[in-house]
Order: sequence, then C-alpha cells, then structure tokens
Amino acid sequence: MTQPAVSKPLPEPDEPSLPFFQGATDGRLMLMKCADCGAFRLPSRHHCDECLSPTFTWEQASGRGTVRTFGVMHQRYHPGFALPYNVTVVELEEGPRITTNLVGIDNADIRVGMPVTVEWERHEDVTLPKFRPA
Amino acid sequence: MSHPLRGAAAITGLGMTPMGRIYGKSTFELAADAVRLAITDAGLKKDEIDGLLINAGITGTTGGGLTLGLQNYLGLGNLRLLNHMNAAGSTAAQMVQYATMAIAAGMATHVVCVFADAPLRETTSSGAAYGGAARAPGRPKGMAGLYAAAGYFGANTGYALAARRHMAVYGTTQDQFGQIAVSQRAWAVNNPLAQLREPMTMEDYHASRWIIEPLHLLDCCLVSNGAVAVIVSPADRARSMPQPPVYIHGMGQGHPGDHARAGSDWETMTGARIAARTAFAMAGCGPEDIDICELYDCYTYTVLVTLEDYGFCKKGEGGPFVEDGKLGPGGSLPTNTGGGELSAYYMWGMTPLSEAVIQGRGAGGARQVTKNGLILCTGNGGNLSYHAALILSPHAN
Repeated sequence: MTQPAVSKPLPEPDEPSLPFFQGATDGRLMLMKCADCGAFRLPSRHHCDECLSPTFTWEQASGRGTVRTFGVMHQRYHPGFALPYNVTVVELEEGPRITTNLVGIDNADIRVGMPVTVEWERHEDVTLPKFRPA
Repeated sequence: MSHPLRGAAAITGLGMTPMGRIYGKSTFELAADAVRLAITDAGLKKDEIDGLLINAGITGTTGGGLTLGLQNYLGLGNLRLLNHMNAAGSTAAQMVQYATMAIAAGMATHVVCVFADAPLRETTSSGAAYGGAARAPGRPKGMAGLYAAAGYFGANTGYALAARRHMAVYGTTQDQFGQIAVSQRAWAVNNPLAQLREPMTMEDYHASRWIIEPLHLLDCCLVSNGAVAVIVSPADRARSMPQPPVYIHGMGQGHPGDHARAGSDWETMTGARIAARTAFAMAGCGPEDIDICELYDCYTYTVLVTLEDYGFCKKGEGGPFVEDGKLGPGGSLPTNTGGGELSAYYMWGMTPLSEAVIQGRGAGGARQVTKNGLILCTGNGGNLSYHAALILSPHAN
C-alpha cells in the first residue's frame, strides 16, 4: 500500500488532552479516572459523565481491549488516507471505547469481539494509539 | 381515560418545494416558498399564523442556513410562539409536538413548522455536502482529533459501525439491508416527488459501490435541496379547514446518548424504545394497530433497528422481519411509502412527516395505502442519538 502524499489530519493536543498525548509519546495509554466513582473515561472533559464529579486522576491503561465494531471505508473524504481502510472502535479493558484503526491485519479478517492490543503510530509531533490483534 | 392531548391538534397545511438538485434559491427563499404553499393549502391568511418553529438542515452548521431572521423575511408580525430548533433528524416531529402542546395550552392557534436546506452545489458531489471534519481547516483539537485521525468522517461512518454491530450480534445480513432499499424504491416508482424512480433489484443493490462497509451507496440516503412546511392547528378548527385533517394521536421522544464506554448499546438499542412507550400510551394503541410506517431512513439500517425498537418484531429479528418484502407495495406493513430518504428526498424529519400527511389525507395517488387509520412517523438524528415520534390519524378519535 503506497502512502498518500498528503498527511492525514493529526490531532493537536489541547489542555485537557495533554497528558493523554504526552503518555502516547512515552508509549503509555493514559485514561482519566474519576476520583469519586472510579469510572474510567477518555480525556477532554473535566467532569465525570457518570457522576459529574470534577475530581480525577490519570491512570495508565493496560492497552488491551476487544473490537466493539468496525467499518471499512471506500469513500475518499480526505486525501491523506489510502483506500480502503478500517475504522474500528476498541472497547478497552477499563471500559472506555476508542475510535482507531487496526494494523497488522487484513480488513477482511477483522471480527467483532477479537482481542487487540495497543500499538503506537508515531508522527513528527504527535503519537497516535492504533491496535493490532493480540 | 384518554390522554388529554390525544387528538387535540391536527396537521392542516402542507407545503413542499421542488426537492433534489434544485439550484438558485437560498434557504430563506425555499422556506418562503414552502410556507406560502402551506398557508394556501390550509386556506389561511398569513396574518392568522401566530406560531413559527424553524429547523435549519446541515446548512445551519455549514453556513447559509435558516435563522430566527426567517420571521422578518416572512413578515410574520403576529407571533405568539417562535423558536429555532435543532435535534437533528428528530426535529420535524419535535416541532409538531411542541406546536401541539402550545396549541393545547392556548399559547398559539396556527403554528408553521418549516425546514429548508440547500447543501448541494452544482459543481460538487452529494457526498461533499456532508462529511465535515474532512474539510475542516487546520488540525483537529484534542481527543476529538482521534476521530479524524482514524478517518472517521460523517454520519456514514457512525451508521456503518452501528450496522456492523447488529450484524455481528444478531446475524443480520447484507441482503436484509438490501431488501429495505429495494422495497422503498418500489414505492418511489409511484411517487412523482421522488428523485430516484427507476425500479431497483437486489442485484442493483449489491452492484452499487461501497461507501463504508457494510454500507453500499444504496444503503445511504440522498442529499437534497428544498423545503417543507406543515401547519398545526387546533382540532376544532381543523374540521372546518379545506384539507382533510391529519390528527395527532400520540407523541414521544427518546434520547439515550452514548457514553462511549462498556455498557452502552447505542448501536442496536435506540431512543425509539423510549419514544415508543410514550407515544403508544398516549395514542392508546400498540405496534399491532399501526397501518403505515413512515420511519426516518438516513440508512437502511435505521429502518431495521427502528422497527425492532417499536416492537414490530423482537430485538435482533429485524433482518428476517423485512426480508420477505413486507415493507413494500402490497406488503403487510407498508413502510416509507413515498420512497423515503433513500429514494425520494432528504428533508431530514420532514421526509417521513410529509409522506405521513399525504397518506393520512388519502392523497397518495398511485401509492396511496387503503388502510391508513394509524400512521407511525419517526425522526432520528445524530448517531441514533435523538429520536421523536408521532402517531397520526385521519380520524379525530
């Protein structure tokens, strides 16, 4: 698969997501954990969406999860993506679901429920969590 | 005891502009055309309109969409009720709900509910009208940027993820999605308002290109320019107005949201489950009493999951339920009888609502369903996030 000449859109860390992206650079998948009810969440919000507590800690996730669902994109929306590619929702062991891509597998072999583990995709100034079959 | 709002109001006016690849008019001009047609249809004078509820389509987000300024564009100076509403594809049904409640409360008499959109340009594809993040300037900020970085663009992605989950959990097949598209096209063949009227076979369905697996092009709704307006009036006024009234018997909403963590079944359990209980209780009926379904059909899958959530079949059995073609002409559950958003026109929630009014009036011509006593009309928006329902009837009681 040839890489497109144009970069895909890369996130720019903002204040609430900075520890997540710093963790990614260090090879650690970081989640927010509510200090009151203990629910894990993906960052970018200062309140727990279970109990509305504003108090939280950052915890390192195991990096393991399962495929919740996926699609295989054939429509060209952005020149930075080589078609077709998968868009996959991984449910992490800790509970939160993350929208990502599976690597190291043919799209035709992806199955809902399959175990996966995090793998880091490094770009110049940001690192993204992708997943591969466990 | 009957619910106090059951049959309290009726839809008395309907105005529809040409819809589809219609160019050269702004959303305000389209809305004004639809409102003028609706007022004429209802036999009213403009000054008798005392309520205006406005829903901009995608242009409300991308630019050029309707605003509260529509009031002055239309020169409506006697308003006792005014709002600009947005709960995505559930808005049209919601506007009728709030109009009904306002009328029952004595806050308004004749309420115009209007939708207009003009996302299509002569030089671009339908797909270019939606898909947002793919053309956003600069880098996406924070965690939301993970979606764009994964190539998640537009509603097509969200619904593909939902449909795939249903297939994996319940064994739903591509053919079953396809049958919904085929059944609806068979209705559109007899709808002069429909954009796509060529008959479609299952082979055509499978031959249509992938957008995002498991969605073919023919699983996805159209994109249309145009406008639709309806007028809601008190039932006691409606009886003496020119058009056969279409009474509002039941109303309900359901918005389960998605917390994006374990435990959420947003893909397969939608707000329709909640709306169904409220709407059926108000109307005093159940799914077995419904004669016609006009269901929001942004995708074939939306129809399938909505049928399950209203209890027409058990959860997970939507695929086998639709595969015998019972949704099509001559079938036991006529559904999306104008072709729906897949084959007729995409006016968000006004697509099912306009066809429900046409069928309720008995004005469907070659596609009119004989038994039209109770019509279920639904709206859905977001990624199955927002849902609103109306149960409509040509009968006052």
